[in-house]
Amino acid sequence: MQGNVSIAGRDVIQIADFDADQIRLILNTAVELKAVLKRSIKKLPSLRGKAIVNLFFEPSTRTRSSFELAGKYLGADVISLNASTSSVVKGESIRDTLLTIESMAVDAMIIRHKSEGVPQFAAKVVKPVIINAGDGCHAHPSQALLDLLTIHQLKAPLDQINQLKIAIIGDILHSRVARSDIEIFKKFGADIHIAAPPTLLPRFADGSITVHDHVEDAIRDADVVIVLRLQLERMQAGLIPSEDEYSRFFGLDAQRLKLAKPDALVMHPGPQNNGLEISFDVNYSEQSAIRTQVNNGLAVRMALLLLTLSGEKVVL
Amino acid sequence: MAKITHSLLLRNGRVIDPANGLDETADVLIVDGHIAAVQPSIELQAHETLDVSGQIVVPGLIDMHVHFREPGQEYKEDFESGSKAAAAGGFTTVATMPNTKPVVDNAYLVEAMVDRAAEVGLINIKIIGALTKGQKGEQLAEMAEMSAAGAVAFSDDGHFVDNAKIFLNALDYLKPLGKLAICHEEETMLVKGGSMNESLNSTRLGLKGRPSIAEDIAIARDCLLADYAETRVHFAHVSSARAVDIIRETKSRGVKVSAECTPQHLTLTDDLVNPSDATTKINPPLRTQADCDALLEGLLDGTIDCLVTDHSPHAIYEKEFPYDQAPSGFPGLETSLAVMLTELVSKGRMPLNKLIEKMTIAPAKVFGLEAGTLSVGAKADVTVFDPNLEWIVEPEKFMSKAKFSPFAGRTLKGRVTHTICGGKLIFKL
Repeated sequence: MQGNVSIAGRDVIQIADFDADQIRLILNTAVELKAVLKRSIKKLPSLRGKAIVNLFFEPSTRTRSSFELAGKYLGADVISLNASTSSVVKGESIRDTLLTIESMAVDAMIIRHKSEGVPQFAAKVVKPVIINAGDGCHAHPSQALLDLLTIHQLKAPLDQINQLKIAIIGDILHSRVARSDIEIFKKFGADIHIAAPPTLLPRFADGSITVHDHVEDAIRDADVVIVLRLQLERMQAGLIPSEDEYSRFFGLDAQRLKLAKPDALVMHPGPQNNGLEISFDVNYSEQSAIRTQVNNGLAVRMALLLLTLSGEKVVL
Repeated sequence: MAKITHSLLLRNGRVIDPANGLDETADVLIVDGHIAAVQPSIELQAHETLDVSGQIVVPGLIDMHVHFREPGQEYKEDFESGSKAAAAGGFTTVATMPNTKPVVDNAYLVEAMVDRAAEVGLINIKIIGALTKGQKGEQLAEMAEMSAAGAVAFSDDGHFVDNAKIFLNALDYLKPLGKLAICHEEETMLVKGGSMNESLNSTRLGLKGRPSIAEDIAIARDCLLADYAETRVHFAHVSSARAVDIIRETKSRGVKVSAECTPQHLTLTDDLVNPSDATTKINPPLRTQADCDALLEGLLDGTIDCLVTDHSPHAIYEKEFPYDQAPSGFPGLETSLAVMLTELVSKGRMPLNKLIEKMTIAPAKVFGLEAGTLSVGAKADVTVFDPNLEWIVEPEKFMSKAKFSPFAGRTLKGRVTHTICGGKLIFKL
């Protein structure tokens, strides 16, 4: 299967740019790298001599640390720039920032920006491999890959994803995670159900997804329940009346989770608002795969860097 | 009779002058800046003769919606570069919108701009003043003063006047001045933060939408207010199918509203939107094919009176901002006629005569301009184009300072070869 499949030299902007075989390659590589992460000495030499810049125009702790460690565990030199505190605030254009960093002989740039399209713009402007670490409400491909890997490992192999009912609940409208998840799950044929207050749903939705008014209907008999973070500014924007009301009607608690299959997985891209979109007990229940997601995130990002920068599949 | 100092004869073109119902092969004689004769085989030795056989001779095109960015944003465009772009596109009369820095919202600035237009002098530049002070929608601008200083119309273009009372006041106040309010119709809160049409495409791309309902609501309100105030309102760059229906229904009741639309809203859809390139960003946004079709129907049946470019130049680096932060608009003067010829006339969707009407006499009528015809005695503003000349849109060759276009790379058929303004040849391909 993986004979001629490769993503060497490719930018990672959105899931739509990859076919199922390439996604399998990334996930299989990630699985092998997870084994490395269990070793006492984790560092591989695969990307020794490669330089990676984390260019985060929007604050991030988890994704940035995850990419940073991924690069370091593979032997690359990694620096992280918090561009929101750099020359960007002095008025430097994105093009200038990109060209400046490119001139420092880097091999990859990991980019996060609050505006949609910036990583894609970077891919047009500079030569290093560009990996999208989240652009506005558009895409977060490494999150989708790690979510799929988590489901693949804990629920069903990739060729059986099409037998799963996956519920995504919460602020779909503003979620790049939801968009990328939906794209990747559709590629593998999952039955996707979404639920949120109608103010947090896009008015125009893809007909292949089932949209529910009541969160219970989305969760019922689901194999996987993905809970999205509720940004607190949604209230100021007049989209929801209060946290309490949201929590009561759309939060995932133990009682609602009982509607799903008994062994359903609970996932969340983090950081969680405990007691708001997810209850404390569900967050830490046996069904919660949230910590596995974080570990898989590291492995998936290592796989992306390894495959795009060296073209090597597995280096154990 | 005064002594003739200069004469120019355009020989053998197909002359289309919708104002006079004329479409025939004829010669056009221009004497001292005015049309002296339009008839077959004029036997006269003119000072200058141009053989335009195989080409089409029409009244100089009129565009009542451009942004020339003076005063204050000359890095985007100025009266000179804008005039050259207009001439290259076949336009001899344009009207500039007042959303400049500062806003043209008082008589001093109108006078300064009228003087500036005369100083550049290549084409006729008309000045549109603001409807409200600073285009803030709070207090009426000094429209009587501006009108006396030469403003041809008033607009808060770029902004919807949210306050219905202020807008009604503006309409009432304008009535005795006999000048039009030109309205940008998108209900502000419904489009706040939005940068493309709301659709399945905006869902997919994660870009915040500017729904067409925002335009429909705004146009519906202002149709009702035009009726109530018993005065005229002109709708700028209509883009939504439903809005066309609302205007049609309002006109059928005898209410004196008028409307314009652009080549881009007639021929481009939000399928083109790519979040990594803000070239396609414009307000109101590019919508769907159904909207394009409805606009064309409206243009053909008279619901939409005239065509404009909404020529909106920006610096390239500004259009490289992320999509949601980039300024809206793109230049249109140098592509307008060719896009219409290629996408609508050549495809049999719009008669050529109708297109010329919508770009000449129709806007002249809406705004009460003495222009847009080749009648004997009229000022000699004349455009000649070759309907068969194919060319590729290369924005780097634009006369406009804004060297980008959503039509970049397209092969268009039909190109302006000569533009004559006041009898003077101001552009030659």
